[in-house]
Amino acid sequence: MNRRILSILLALAMMLSMFAFVSCGKDSNTNTGDGEQTSASAETPFKTVDKADLKIGLITLHDDSSTYDANFIDAMYRALEDMGLDKSQLILYTGIAETEDCYNKAKDCVNQGCQVVFADSFGHEDYMIQAAIEYPEVRFCHATGTKAHSVNYDNFSNAFASIYEGRYAAGVAAGMKLNEMIADGKITADKAVMGYVGAYTYAEVMSGYTSFYLGAKSVCPSVTMKVKFTGSWYDYDKEKAAAESLISDGCVLISQHADSYGAPEACEAAGVPNVSYNGSTEATGPNTYIVSSKIDWAPYFEYMINCVMEGKVIDKDYTGTIATGSVKVLEINEAVAAEGTQKAVDDVIEQFKAGTLHVFDTENFKVGGKKLESYMADVDSDEKFEKDTEAIADGYFHESEFRSAPYFDVEIDGIELLDRNYG
Amino acid sequence: MKHKQKVHEPLFHVSKNDAMPVGKALGIRAAAVVVALIIVGILSVVLIKENPFEIYKALFTGAFVDVWTLLQNIALLLMFGLAVIPPFRMKYWNMGANGQVLVGCLAAIACMKFLPAYFPDMSDALIIVLMIAASLLASVIWSVIPAFFKAYFNTNETLFTLMMNYIAIAVVDCFVFNWDKSGSGNIGLVNLLTRKAWFPDLGNKYVLSIIVAVVLTLIMIVYMRYTKHGFEVALVGESVNTAKYVGINVKKVIIRTLVFSGIICGILGALYAGSISHTVNTAVGGQGFTAILVAWLAGFDPLAMVFTSFFVVFLNSGAEHVSVVFQLNSNDYANIVVGIIFFCIIGCEFFIRYRIQLNKGRKEQN
Repeated sequence: MNRRILSILLALAMMLSMFAFVSCGKDSNTNTGDGEQTSASAETPFKTVDKADLKIGLITLHDDSSTYDANFIDAMYRALEDMGLDKSQLILYTGIAETEDCYNKAKDCVNQGCQVVFADSFGHEDYMIQAAIEYPEVRFCHATGTKAHSVNYDNFSNAFASIYEGRYAAGVAAGMKLNEMIADGKITADKAVMGYVGAYTYAEVMSGYTSFYLGAKSVCPSVTMKVKFTGSWYDYDKEKAAAESLISDGCVLISQHADSYGAPEACEAAGVPNVSYNGSTEATGPNTYIVSSKIDWAPYFEYMINCVMEGKVIDKDYTGTIATGSVKVLEINEAVAAEGTQKAVDDVIEQFKAGTLHVFDTENFKVGGKKLESYMADVDSDEKFEKDTEAIADGYFHESEFRSAPYFDVEIDGIELLDRNYG
Repeated sequence: MKHKQKVHEPLFHVSKNDAMPVGKALGIRAAAVVVALIIVGILSVVLIKENPFEIYKALFTGAFVDVWTLLQNIALLLMFGLAVIPPFRMKYWNMGANGQVLVGCLAAIACMKFLPAYFPDMSDALIIVLMIAASLLASVIWSVIPAFFKAYFNTNETLFTLMMNYIAIAVVDCFVFNWDKSGSGNIGLVNLLTRKAWFPDLGNKYVLSIIVAVVLTLIMIVYMRYTKHGFEVALVGESVNTAKYVGINVKKVIIRTLVFSGIICGILGALYAGSISHTVNTAVGGQGFTAILVAWLAGFDPLAMVFTSFFVVFLNSGAEHVSVVFQLNSNDYANIVVGIIFFCIIGCEFFIRYRIQLNKGRKEQN
């Protein structure tokens, strides 16, 4: 009896393998991604697009109930308005998982006439590349991704922003708060411990918390920090639990890199000051919210749309900065922040704009008790995960310069990782 | 009559109705859809403040934005349904299709990712065969474990299979974290640029899964209607004791049927790995619960399930399209619409299975 099941099974396996053999003969004629693009000349392969004919596709992981995705959606509408484009020129797909659904929706955007499609989640990247190979005349842009400079297609681009500058400035506000607590006698200098709720033990998160810590350390030298990871970009319960556990562990100030309101709510309940990310959480924590930093995507969207209209190649690695208006430090909550915070933060922002301050200045941190003289970062995204690029020169770590997405993944002294990934 | 006995009679009473003609049953279902659409229309006008006919138009055209995607989505949902039908027919409530497909996909991805690295000379065809074999093996193991415990220890299969889903998710997470050294929790598309060991396109990337779904549906129809196995499954579902009495080895039937179910999940897992998603993460597949609805609506009939699968996909894409056309920036509207329509359709089953009689007529007879 089982033979019959077995024979059905074998028949199916044979059928599928026949398809396999059929396919072996015709090797794909698509790009192989070894960087040997034919259109490397100054002449661009793209046609110009009239303003009235322009259509833009936007694919987001969640919808506007997530702070992360709302940030993209809002920025896109602002960019359209600033450029005098009509809302109907946008096709927005929300709630698109990091599966073949992303590829299908990118294709749907193309079929509905989009000349450019943007996706906002890290896991969307490969599906956008898949679509970019199939539709060489359409541009595909992707936030937070790492592969554009490696695959090197003219119609696929990554974008990010030097959010570490914003984090650093927010860190200064946190350090000022710690100083105030020390001055008030609430804590002693050696008890200035911050807590940080991270998503993954991944360069984007590590770069974020390190810059935040260095900002705090620049004004409060005795500060140390503990980090807990949730293993998820968006998990209200885990983020809240991680914040609570850090607070009970003696952390007197909390910040986070995660997309829910979990950590700010835990802070408000415990009366512990909080530095937020991606948007203001003042409504959630009126008595604990200090300040927040975020990426404003509108400048990039405007740049992207202009490139499409003019038929130009979009920069494969676009890194917005405080100077381009891509990185924003939001309004400070004066009720919670220490006196003089606004001025200190503004000073830091001015120094970033002038290029006189570098977040990852090797004078300001140590690794294993030593100054970092050289560090090979994994900049090229491939299967090998090799450390391929020297990132330290002129006395500082060059973050987001060799590619837009962060690659600072050094574990520096003063920051203790309580766990990794799984939380 | 000296004194009137006051009996409080309810307004109506309900009795079982086994012999509803098929035409009438279909009529009730159609009426339910109409009622649902009217509610949706009213709600849409209130919420979106747009012309309801424009909304209906978006709802009806949404599924046809891309016909191939539509057909593939139907094929995938249908295959998930095919995997749950045989166990459901014997009242084995298999909630574990998601997990079974996921481990299958994981096994196939592992082959796709590592075989070319360790055996550079291995042909695509051989890798694909091994991928399918690995996926089948993993899915069958995942599906047989709860079946074994059900058969020999009479454990509750609903809870058991449900928990196996969570274990599968944890296993996938664990492998993904180990494979992706950057720590992002995402392995990306395996062999994206080389397309090594990707299943053949057959014209476009959607055709293969559609053909497989058609073949599996035909096999399932024959299996259920015309084979001894199918009869045994039905009999075990009717009454375990009767089945035992006529000499059926119930333990064997349970395990055999879940092997069969696992094979379908394995095929599906291999398709996700080689032809559809080309990656594994916890969001891959994930239609196992929708498939339960599809299977119930179809009365566990494979052919009817083609239509219920179409209906569910049609509805989901339509509701999603409304959100896109009217720029609602949110999934909420789509979820509400789908919820209302399902509520009406599942609710109408009550009127098909039971007869409602007003009590007024009975009183006069007394």
